[in-house]
Amino acid sequence: MKLHISREHLTNLLSEMIRIRRFEERCAQLYTEEKIRGFLHLYIGEEAIAVGVMQAIEEQDAVFATYREHGHALAKGLDMKKVMAEMYGKLSGSSMGRGGSMHIFDHQKKFYGGNAIVAGALPMAVGVAMADKMLNRNSVTLCFFGEGAVAEGEFHESLNLAKLWELPVLFVCENNGYAMGTALKYSESEPVISKKAESYGLISCSVDGMNVVEVEAAAIDAVKSIRNGSGPQLLECHTYRLRGHSMFDTQQYRSQDEVKQWLDKGPIVQMKSWLLDNDYLNESEIQQIEDRIDIEVNEAIEFAEKSEFEPVEQLTKHVYAEIAGMD
Amino acid sequence: MTTYREAVREAIRTAMTDDAKVFLMGEDVGHYGGCYAVTKGLLDEFGEQRVRDTPLSESGFVGAGIGASIGGMKPIVEVMTVNFSLLALDQIVNNAATLRHMSGGQIGVPLVIRMATGAGKQLAAQHSHSLENWYAHIPGIKVLTPATVTDARYMLAEALNDPDPVIIFEHVMLYNQDQILESRPEDYNAFRASVTREGSDVSIITYGAGLSKALEVADKVAEQGVSLEVIDLRCLRPLDSKAIFASVNKTGKAVIVDEAWLTGSLASEVSAQICEHCFWNLDAPVQRVCTREVPIPYPAHLERAATPQVEDILHAVNFVIGK
Repeated sequence: MKLHISREHLTNLLSEMIRIRRFEERCAQLYTEEKIRGFLHLYIGEEAIAVGVMQAIEEQDAVFATYREHGHALAKGLDMKKVMAEMYGKLSGSSMGRGGSMHIFDHQKKFYGGNAIVAGALPMAVGVAMADKMLNRNSVTLCFFGEGAVAEGEFHESLNLAKLWELPVLFVCENNGYAMGTALKYSESEPVISKKAESYGLISCSVDGMNVVEVEAAAIDAVKSIRNGSGPQLLECHTYRLRGHSMFDTQQYRSQDEVKQWLDKGPIVQMKSWLLDNDYLNESEIQQIEDRIDIEVNEAIEFAEKSEFEPVEQLTKHVYAEIAGMD
Repeated sequence: MTTYREAVREAIRTAMTDDAKVFLMGEDVGHYGGCYAVTKGLLDEFGEQRVRDTPLSESGFVGAGIGASIGGMKPIVEVMTVNFSLLALDQIVNNAATLRHMSGGQIGVPLVIRMATGAGKQLAAQHSHSLENWYAHIPGIKVLTPATVTDARYMLAEALNDPDPVIIFEHVMLYNQDQILESRPEDYNAFRASVTREGSDVSIITYGAGLSKALEVADKVAEQGVSLEVIDLRCLRPLDSKAIFASVNKTGKAVIVDEAWLTGSLASEVSAQICEHCFWNLDAPVQRVCTREVPIPYPAHLERAATPQVEDILHAVNFVIGK
């Protein structure tokens, strides 16, 4: 596998990860100000996965994600303004404000959420891939989920169906070690996830999910071979959630030492120092990237602030399609 | 004469012939020919791509149906019975019913799910329940209950044309029902109730397997000069409340026949709506004829005693007319 190691490409990877990081840091702040409510699950620490994997796909490829999906939405190319407005519950949001943080959608960009039921998206990803195959579209569907989903029946049913029908899906397991507060060792009799995929006949691969270049390389390989007819594959990315499960998490289940150790391995810290050490970028260039992103995030917040809430008169919209002649 | 089973099969065959995007999947729909022999012969006619046997993974293949419909196909997903559909409740309730709303109207799920429902074949407490009311509770999905051969033949096309998820419940006791298949009326609408028999004294409101029993009662009491109006709801969500109110406002008496358990049944909803909207026109308390509060037992005499029968409906009719 040849890596893209052009300066431009590496800068783009770093800047995509910082975009997600800054967006979410501001979201956390807005949450404490009660601008954003409900559940807020931050992706901080895991950005390399969405950014790395998304390099492997084309516009026509569908993406399914979880309730921790701000990063995937931004990496798939959704407009940050619309995503922020969705966090606010405003009409200008990516789901017209109806979904919030956990339900970001964009049909045109083939971004299918935003699913708050663990493993709930896997069967649907299989179905989209089935439609693509039946309609000869040569697309690949990405399906992101955490290692907690592996305990759900829908994980097993979906892998079996996908392989049985040789469907073009890349299952991406974001293994951050904890299903909310339950460590993998407390929930799986067989903690090696790739073995489960292999038992269904899927090719599977495990990578360091903190290294965006490694994730990208593995994803490009997998997507290419799926597009060439290999059938579904699973890519496991080892990662760590640097913040709590949601904003309510007191994190009794892990030590501060453990979190500190992972902070040093964070995907952004790692990549920044690698780029600096190898003279791809200097400090002031990185600062420029960060400044540019701060402007983008500020504009997104301003857009969300100024946007309108949906009038209550429209409450029962979007339950069914509007058909002429129906009550 | 055509059987209900043949009518459903013909509906599927026509849909698949007319539109290459329509396909069928479910447990034993292909090589076995369908648990209730509905899909017999379709595999040979349309091939394995379009008539797909699935593993016993209700959540998996119903979810795949949702995905396929998002991806531009028109799946007909068969779930063997409503009892098994509980394994797919997550996909139906959390995804199919909510995606349009959660996405602010962007993503529709034009999916059709068919399943068998109901008691009468001594299949005991895990194969005989009528849970269609659970689905009728959920905004975002539509629920059809064909009670006649004509509806078994024509409702499917309407469901497939609908941009939202539609669940069709086929009562197991209807598959062998033999009737004249009428030609499709020009103003055919699957989502409206119909007045199957006009009358003036009592409204019987029912659906599915209750319809033939209600008609039998109507024949019996007609001999005594009592005129029953029989309403076939046909669609449990959206409920055609106007048709119910029009009938009850005319007769002033209502008996609702529903094979679900009495407590929390669709009959309860219909009764509540009648009480809210027709109260001043009522001449007698609204009656519900439903299944007794017991899992369906295996022995025939107990199964029969648990579920609504002609004599139970007759008893309720006699009560509201003061006999």
